[in-house]
Amino acid sequence: MNLLIGNIGQASVIVAFVAAAVAAYGYFQAARGRALGEAEGSWLRLARGAFFVHGLAVFAVVGALFNIIASHRYEYYYAWSHSSNHLPAQYMISCFWEGQEGSFLLWIFWHVLIGLGIMKFNRTWEAPVLAVFAAVQAFLVSMILGVVVGGTKVGSSPFILLRDFLTDLPVWKTQPDFVPKDGTGLNALLQNYWMVIHPPTLFLGFALTLVPFAFAIAGLWKKELTSWVKPALPWTSLGGAVLGVGIMMGAYWAYETLNFGGYWNWDPVENAVFIPWLVLIASLHGMMLWQKRRIGLRTSFALVIATFVLVLYATFLTRSGVLGSASVHSFTDLGLSGQLLIYLGFFTVLAVVLLVRRWKEIPISDKELDAYSPELWVFVGATVLCLAAFQVVFTTSIPVYKAFLGFFGIKANLALPADQVTFYTRIQLWSGVLIALLSGIGQVMWWQRNNKESVINAFAPTVMLSLLGTALVVLLLRYFGHTITLPYAVLLAAGLFGLLANFGMLFGLWRRGVTLSGGAVAHVGVALMLLGMLGSSGYSDTISRNVTGQLISQQMSTEENRDNVLLLRNETVPMHGYEVTYTGQYLEAEGVPGYVNTQLLYRTDDEYKAIARGDIKRDDKVYYKTGDTLSIRPENTYYRVNYEDKKSGKAFTLYPRAQVNEEMGGILSSPALQRFVSHDIYSHITSVPDPRKEQPWSPSIPHELSVGDTLFLNDYFAVFRAIEQAHEVPGVKLMPGDIALQADMIISGEKGRQYHAHPIFLLRDRQVGRVPDEVEDLGLRLTLDQIDPVKGKFTVGVSTTAKDYIVLQATEKPFINLLWGGTLLMGLGLGLSVRQRRTAKAKPETAPTKGRAGAARPQAVA
Amino acid sequence: MKKTHIFILLIIAAAVGVIISTMSGASSYVTFAEARLQAAAGNGNKVHVVGTLPRNAEKQPIGLEYDARRDPNFFAFTLVDTLNVAQRVVYHNPAPPDLDKSEQVVIVGAMKDNIFVADQILTKCPSKYVEKDLGKEAPPATAMRN
Repeated sequence: MNLLIGNIGQASVIVAFVAAAVAAYGYFQAARGRALGEAEGSWLRLARGAFFVHGLAVFAVVGALFNIIASHRYEYYYAWSHSSNHLPAQYMISCFWEGQEGSFLLWIFWHVLIGLGIMKFNRTWEAPVLAVFAAVQAFLVSMILGVVVGGTKVGSSPFILLRDFLTDLPVWKTQPDFVPKDGTGLNALLQNYWMVIHPPTLFLGFALTLVPFAFAIAGLWKKELTSWVKPALPWTSLGGAVLGVGIMMGAYWAYETLNFGGYWNWDPVENAVFIPWLVLIASLHGMMLWQKRRIGLRTSFALVIATFVLVLYATFLTRSGVLGSASVHSFTDLGLSGQLLIYLGFFTVLAVVLLVRRWKEIPISDKELDAYSPELWVFVGATVLCLAAFQVVFTTSIPVYKAFLGFFGIKANLALPADQVTFYTRIQLWSGVLIALLSGIGQVMWWQRNNKESVINAFAPTVMLSLLGTALVVLLLRYFGHTITLPYAVLLAAGLFGLLANFGMLFGLWRRGVTLSGGAVAHVGVALMLLGMLGSSGYSDTISRNVTGQLISQQMSTEENRDNVLLLRNETVPMHGYEVTYTGQYLEAEGVPGYVNTQLLYRTDDEYKAIARGDIKRDDKVYYKTGDTLSIRPENTYYRVNYEDKKSGKAFTLYPRAQVNEEMGGILSSPALQRFVSHDIYSHITSVPDPRKEQPWSPSIPHELSVGDTLFLNDYFAVFRAIEQAHEVPGVKLMPGDIALQADMIISGEKGRQYHAHPIFLLRDRQVGRVPDEVEDLGLRLTLDQIDPVKGKFTVGVSTTAKDYIVLQATEKPFINLLWGGTLLMGLGLGLSVRQRRTAKAKPETAPTKGRAGAARPQAVA
Repeated sequence: MKKTHIFILLIIAAAVGVIISTMSGASSYVTFAEARLQAAAGNGNKVHVVGTLPRNAEKQPIGLEYDARRDPNFFAFTLVDTLNVAQRVVYHNPAPPDLDKSEQVVIVGAMKDNIFVADQILTKCPSKYVEKDLGKEAPPATAMRN
């Protein structure tokens, strides 16, 4: 038991909280009543010192928590509930943010780094901006405080001891210092490399939204109503890139790991992050309009504030437990709802009150916009983004309305849409169409003088080409026997237009020698993403659908789709152009690339160890010899599935995974993907024989054999080749005087495949032991029951079990690579614009204006 | 100024459209009695029903029917709703793995000929996060084996 590390951690949490509060107050006093950049010196020094102390304390908290996880200190609830002894080292990092407390900590950590970055690069703005930062930090740290004040628990500490968390366990009475030997382990679905980098990226994105918000608040407060946009803009671009890429990493993780069959399911938790991102992108456009064309300042204020408020709302949705059973993956309720509401309420009210008080003073443009002003189209685009966000937030909040009405004793029976994917797709498809069109229109018109003639000249070829392209695709689809609905055709045309217009723009700018436009690159990415979504979701084809014959479908109506196919071991099933065969179970073994067939492994009492029944080799390299002991990872079973394309004869093998997991009640499955340039084949297991119940074996039937006899077993036959001395008996240590004999049998299975079986007969001090041998593929178990040395007869017992099987669902996802490629381009484009904003500023303003020395250089913290 | 006003009016109109379409697309929580009435009236909209699985003395759920070898796409079970009405439910997919442990089950679907055909099964498992038996004779599986 190590109480010191937890005490250090807990003390640091308290120091971090107090220091954040002191820093907030200090910065507030330093900036109060003074113009921007002329903060009061002694308050400023105090606040800065407090912020440094806060930062150090946060680092100490992070270090302490990480030590608890990495050193397996199971006396702490956090380590016990999120980690285990056999967890691979890289996933120790994921344990850190599996719990709510750790993910809050991650968020706090990023705020510290960004705060230090602002201190360095935006010195003029330090006092008012960091006053907001420190206040946010105080609220966030309070979530992990774990202190009881006046009977109310404030926050939930990650350093709570197991005995203080599960107080009613009887073991504490007898053994107050009881420490579990192992933890309960990390959720299997989170044991994925994306879970190591997706949460930090997402929380960095969340943290970056605080920067424009803090600048906007500082601007309103200090009456610097226009100058805040310039330093905040690169941070907003960076936030858009990081959050966008973070969201898509989550989508990719869901695609690769979860068995939902797709990358996006409009789950409330996914939506909660998507909504602020949409508004963040809208605010980026608003800020850019002001920066470049002196229009849309009020919009920028409103959208920047809305983004941050929506981040807080997302936090409330996912962490308060209000989503309850409405979402598959919301956090558990830690009883922080009240605290989260205060956090949300405080900053919402503060921002709205400030904004309303200054509203009339915010300069507006006297420019008259007409259809030839690109500003109008950018503005319309931002509006579409906001309306799209509004539709998602309004629907996702249905459980909130229900809880809210329930609070007043009104029982509402409102539920989320029954089929969320169809519901959202129906509406969001049209925002996709509008965004694709406007991204092209806005971008092209932005770079030229517009009148009737120039607009027609600029757009006529693009429109023609995209319509031609659409017609071509429709014809091709028809040719290959697919259909296309009108909305899909419209989205296709719009996507092509967006792609061509932006690509043409990039090319034109490149010829004119203008630097690469980040905006156009990002827009090309968005158009590609939309096309990728159209292909992969609109034309996702369940290739395992309705492939089983009529025989078994008698008990249901014919209108339902049967998406799952039963694959009996080694029996080939035809499936939409493929011959598919399930050929066995595999495990991961230490030091062996790929997976090892379970038929080659003899399991021991230690579930993490196995003995090799044959040489384990890849190509010519032998990794383990017969009889060697291997370290295996028993949690995950990989089911080998062979696909063979009937037409081309090309074959590939997939290993979808299923994990036996008691806590989740059975099996957890993860898909396997075969990637092609034009599409993915996505397969996941939906059912296997219940691993918790041993399959029943038939009673053993004895057969009396002599060496050389052949034994007929239903569909197979076995040859009893020899009887020999056994040198190794799995699971038993041979001692001098023991007699161990094994039968050498060769069984011929399907397709001429041969299996060796060595049932063992062991004699020790006149006691008989029998070690049966199994052939998993055939569902056979052989026992060497009796030996009659006089007659030379051997009795072999044979029992059988039902054949092993898996139930599989397989989907073809066309053009999904456009989605991932588009995401990268979008991130790259936004990243480019961060750099451009910085260099564009550095060049024309060679003589920095008073005190504005530090241009935003966000890449220093990114 | 006029143009801005028109623009704002358009946004409000679009927002109202979004609200109306959301409300018409929203589903509702009902009991089996209401689901039956709705189906009898010819309304095929999908609904949510909250219920629990009937269990025997050993706390094992009863009436689960799934045999992958016979039909991998047929899972039938009985759900008892909040008013204690039992109803046979069919799910044309393999049984969700965590169903037997669940405290509460939400099904989404509609009644068809006296059978509730579910498209989705959402389960809530209290045991997912807190291990209650720790330190008794059988602490978590791995801790005891040595």
